[in-house]
Amino acid sequence: MRYLPHGQSDRREMLAVVGVDNIDDLFRDVPSSALLKTPPDLPDHMTEMAVERRFADFANKNISAGSGPFFCGAGAYHHHVPASVDHLIQRGEFLTAYTPYQPEISQGTLQTLFEFQTQVAQITGMEVANASMYDGSTACGEAVLMACRATRRKKTILSGSLHPQYRDVVATMTRYSGNSLRDNPVGMYRVDDLINQIDDETACVVVQNPDFFGNLQDFTRLAEVAHAKKALLIVVVTEIISLGAVRSPGSMGADIVVGEGQSLGNGLCFGGPYVGLLATRQKFVRTIPGRLCGQTVDAEGRRGYVLTLSTREQHIRREKATSNICTNAGLCALAFSIHLTLLGEKGLRHLARLNHAKAVRLADRLDAIEGVEVINDSFFNEFTVSLPIDAAEAVERLAVQGILAGVPLSRLYPGDAALENHLLIAVTETVTEEDMDCLVTALKEVVK
Amino acid sequence: MTQHIFTTHSGNRGLDQQELLIYEIGDVNSCGVDLEEVGEFADRLGGITRDNEIGLAGLSEPEAMRHYTRLSRKNYAIDMGLYPLGSCTMKHNPRLNEKLVRLPGLGDIHPLQPISTVQGALELMDSLAHWLKILTGMPAVALSPKAGAHGELCGLMTIRAALDKRGEDRSIILAPESAHGTNPASAALCGYRVKAIPATADGRVDLAAMKEAIGPDVAAVMVTNPNTCGLFERDIIEIAEAIHGAGGYFYCDGANFNAIVGKVRPGDLGVDAMHINLHKTFSTPHGGGGPGAGPVVLSDALAPFAPVPYIIHGDDGFELVEHVDGSDSFGRMTAFHGQMGMTIRALGFMMSHGADGLARVAEDSVLNANYIMASLEDVMTASFDGPCMHECLFDDRFLAGTGVTTLDFSKAMIDEGYHPMTMYFPLVVHGAMLIEPTESESKQSLDRFIGSLRHLVAEAKAGNSALFSDAPYLAPLKRLDETMAARKPVLRWRKAEQGKS
Repeated sequence: MRYLPHGQSDRREMLAVVGVDNIDDLFRDVPSSALLKTPPDLPDHMTEMAVERRFADFANKNISAGSGPFFCGAGAYHHHVPASVDHLIQRGEFLTAYTPYQPEISQGTLQTLFEFQTQVAQITGMEVANASMYDGSTACGEAVLMACRATRRKKTILSGSLHPQYRDVVATMTRYSGNSLRDNPVGMYRVDDLINQIDDETACVVVQNPDFFGNLQDFTRLAEVAHAKKALLIVVVTEIISLGAVRSPGSMGADIVVGEGQSLGNGLCFGGPYVGLLATRQKFVRTIPGRLCGQTVDAEGRRGYVLTLSTREQHIRREKATSNICTNAGLCALAFSIHLTLLGEKGLRHLARLNHAKAVRLADRLDAIEGVEVINDSFFNEFTVSLPIDAAEAVERLAVQGILAGVPLSRLYPGDAALENHLLIAVTETVTEEDMDCLVTALKEVVK
Repeated sequence: MTQHIFTTHSGNRGLDQQELLIYEIGDVNSCGVDLEEVGEFADRLGGITRDNEIGLAGLSEPEAMRHYTRLSRKNYAIDMGLYPLGSCTMKHNPRLNEKLVRLPGLGDIHPLQPISTVQGALELMDSLAHWLKILTGMPAVALSPKAGAHGELCGLMTIRAALDKRGEDRSIILAPESAHGTNPASAALCGYRVKAIPATADGRVDLAAMKEAIGPDVAAVMVTNPNTCGLFERDIIEIAEAIHGAGGYFYCDGANFNAIVGKVRPGDLGVDAMHINLHKTFSTPHGGGGPGAGPVVLSDALAPFAPVPYIIHGDDGFELVEHVDGSDSFGRMTAFHGQMGMTIRALGFMMSHGADGLARVAEDSVLNANYIMASLEDVMTASFDGPCMHECLFDDRFLAGTGVTTLDFSKAMIDEGYHPMTMYFPLVVHGAMLIEPTESESKQSLDRFIGSLRHLVAEAKAGNSALFSDAPYLAPLKRLDETMAARKPVLRWRKAEQGKS
């Protein structure tokens, strides 16, 4: 067994030191009725090569994003990750370290977290960020709970164009917190509708930018009205690369920004692990959930970093903690940070512009197809089109040709007749002109 | 203690190299990627084009490689040595699993692709579910929770949904005082009040006190087994029967499942819900604090309330149920389907070990912990009589009169080349030191570790308190000022605030 160092003689010697005859003597506190007499009904151990073959079988039954024209988004995006990112996160010193509770021998992880927090604060236009959450959706739920704590209010207004699965996660996380959620009709809402719902009991308003359908909006006025009522504005960003091209939520007056950081450094991986971002204003720092890394000095006055403000956290505060989160998304945060470091200011802005340019190009080409209409006024790298036929059916027919044409809205809003023909299409830097040709040609046939 | 013979101009000490922040190395003009050019076009950004400089620092690829490589060398890691953090299960991370997760057909698939294009992914998830169900003897599993604490929340939400369905409003969760901090925090998120049950003198839940507390207002008992003292709860079946008799549920914190995998099935103990930290028992890398995964196995009574999504076997292959649609499912824990990357790695670990190897994992981890306990109990004070399970607990009685604290002792281990054990947890003994060697350590490795600890104990007892009071001496940094960090938090780089390092 390649992962287990002991030989039988080692085991015998060690059992003798312990003073027992056989290994099951060490399991004597287990009720005898519960100690298995035979191994579980599962296959015996396999060689490394055999395991690889088995997993190749699994993999070969899937169509991967890189294998053909690919346009799926809806909160997870297909971007190119530089080879050096994946190399660096596989260094054993990062990969096989625990949470940096012992700062003297964890400065590598801690300094990268400090840099990560700085980068997240910068791109969101906020003052501080935490050291990551599980993903964007759970970060969104945490942000709502945080806003309720910070305002001591219990009403949350959710935009109707928030990612529907984020909406569901918020509902789960707040169900027993005494907070109430006000949903809005699904679709392309007007900011005025949200503004009119804010009252003196409102803890927060949650909006998304670009929204689930790809639209961009300026939330400055919404923030002003919310603040006048002492409510907070939470802005969700599921495509973090958009922040290289559009104004930051912070500049619009957001109080908490949550994001899905997968687009930077992290592959699609069928939905996880991803990395949740949470940034806010300095004044709310003691109500933040999750870990925070802070700067300090060592006994000789040298700069160093530690996990800090841990009296907010479950291992100290237990039931009064700001969240139950413990393990977060450290390695995904590292991948995010390395990718963003390689891009830098210039690269992020260039990448964002490239994504937008390709999306504009494809939107124009699709709009020219008879019966196909792009329904967004504005967008970054993702937009919604209406087709003359059922969108899920169109996607299935295109998938047979090896084209993954996007996410039909019926996948997320089943039974909503108004959305049945709507298709959400994402266009990243990975999409080539040939990919667009394939989609346009095939879609023309399908909608005929 | 150790004096450096001279200081260097660079601040480096040979291979111990200083490293600045990215903002002190690069600037807004440097970049480590090449991207295709973009021509002029009319933007569709709706008038909210970014008009300010973000301030991001970039690095060229060689600068970035060096920055992160140099930083990595300031970390302790499993790959470098025994990592005895009790309760954290720092075992070897097989590199095969890193290779598997990077197969394009697994790592490069989108969660919302047509179901017909991801049949292999669903089959893989279903395989993991099968292994977990067989290993735990439980009929159902929710795969989507993203870490242990997320799994706790999932399990408790499931329990609450089942009680709601019965129209019962129970408000209390009973948990031992030795519980992980996440237990009460998760219970609070679920709207429950936690009542702590004391421990007996032998480190187990006080069965009498537990039975006394169980009543019609108790939703569930939440017990870690093996517990956080590293001991198997002998009365576990009686506890399960007692809570079931009162109409409540038995939640087991499965953080320590690694001690019994392949040997004991929690289903046989009367468990209704248990999360499994894939990043512990099944060795998905901790990555400096995640990502993890916390699937929750469920009893028949709770299975109908499990969250979406879940996989079913349909006529044309695997199907994914993503919407509640009037079922009893309590809802959704996360966007998409959970931690596929961890599912892949965990299944790779399981298949590599097989049924025979997994039992051996439990046996060797228990053997190693008992070997350490037996080899140290003449000089350190074990808190409870053995045998222990996968970890052994010492307290600070052996340091009485030496002036050395648990913290000092642990920091001195850094100079010996080890990561400290878990300190001051569990809270049920004074100055706790919880040592978990895992099954990955050879006898030789354990003997060296034992030798170091025996040396430190001898030094402490000999009055060499200087070896401890300011330890570590040989780490990249000396002890850090945590009070200063918390009093005036500096949580990000700013141009003005940074002093010279």
